[in-house]
Amino acid sequence: MVKTYINGVGSISAQKTFEGDFLEEIISNESENVIYAVQPSYKEVIPPASIRRMSKGVKMGIFTSNKALKEACIEVPDAIITGTGMGCVEDSDKFLKAILDNKEQFLTPTSFIQSTHNTVGAQIALGLQCKGYNFTYVNGAVSFESALLDAKLQLETSEANAILVGGIDETTQHTLDLYRLVNFIKNEKDQPFSVLNSNSKGVVFSEGSNFFVLENQQKTSSYATLEAINFFNELKISEVGEFICSFLDSNGIKIETIDAIVLGNNGDTQFDDYYTIASTLFSKTPQVYYKHLSGEYNTASSFGFWVASKILKNQLIPSAVKMNDLTKDNYTYVLLYNQYRGKDHSLILIKKC
Amino acid sequence: MESLKVELKAKIIEVLNLEDISVEDINDNDPLFGEGLGLDSIDALELIVLLDKNYGIKLTDPKDGKAIFQSVETMAAFIAANRKK
Repeated sequence: MVKTYINGVGSISAQKTFEGDFLEEIISNESENVIYAVQPSYKEVIPPASIRRMSKGVKMGIFTSNKALKEACIEVPDAIITGTGMGCVEDSDKFLKAILDNKEQFLTPTSFIQSTHNTVGAQIALGLQCKGYNFTYVNGAVSFESALLDAKLQLETSEANAILVGGIDETTQHTLDLYRLVNFIKNEKDQPFSVLNSNSKGVVFSEGSNFFVLENQQKTSSYATLEAINFFNELKISEVGEFICSFLDSNGIKIETIDAIVLGNNGDTQFDDYYTIASTLFSKTPQVYYKHLSGEYNTASSFGFWVASKILKNQLIPSAVKMNDLTKDNYTYVLLYNQYRGKDHSLILIKKC
Repeated sequence: MESLKVELKAKIIEVLNLEDISVEDINDNDPLFGEGLGLDSIDALELIVLLDKNYGIKLTDPKDGKAIFQSVETMAAFIAANRKK
């Protein structure tokens, strides 16, 4: 079986992850119910003539894909596969607002052209002149996992040798207002906001972009191998244990073989029980959480994947993401479990290489 | 006419999101496309909507655009002669 190596990574998040050491500088948040991605200077990567039309999501996607490709020493990948929950919602908002404000007249092309979900993948391909397979998955909170699975299958069947895979989501004021209305976002009065031991509904919302170069060859830049992925649309709380155990069984791995579990706890008391089950199952395993740093969004699990990859490469769990005090001398297998609002359950298994 | 040119430059900067460019940076006779501001075909569509929305001018023949959108000077002259609002 052809292995899938993670050979390059790039991240923009609510932390300064686009540069510097692995989670060395942390911006902690307990008072904001929306946290925005820390933006790098895009002018070094994107020509000024192009940058003026790009929304935040497109810029973040181009910057992080560029970083991942550079690290893996790949100029043009064989395929570009992206995952996004909401797509280019900034331009969608602009376009729809223009329709309403101008009574369906004077509609300009730019926002419309850029409002589709696959704009990020398309703009990356245009910049790289990559004419290979280009696909965008819009599957809620398993959008990134869907892209990962596609890439893994293509590498395993030798359809491609190097694939750029990423998860991107941007926020806009209008979307945030709607999320507030339906209480998806934590209420101001519930401060201080906490991801662990939370006592309030909703999440701290955010945005970000995380890209990875997956290849069928190991390189000096390799972080880990992507062993397996599985996702399920809807599970009862009582079914989570079985979901995890059968995934491990099918990969010939026992619970005690896992050296670290990365959990997507987001502090929403309505759905915390899913994570409590997973946490209890791995009570003797070092546990990692990350959404206190990244916030929640449909592709926040791509930030978790970035954290897990870094843990295996550095053989270290930064104190900022430790959920318990357990440590290991060697980290070989890392398992990620994520769900959002009781739906879109995903498991990703990666291994030290 | 001068105030129209300044107003037009400000609108072009706003509509086309020309970052790092101010009204003072655009000369009246600078070419808008190619050399000069370096606008492209998508910008041309934005300028057509700008004329319609702000000055009530509908361009019926796209061929006219080449002469009208040559510079701020030519645009302003066309607007002054044809504006409906």
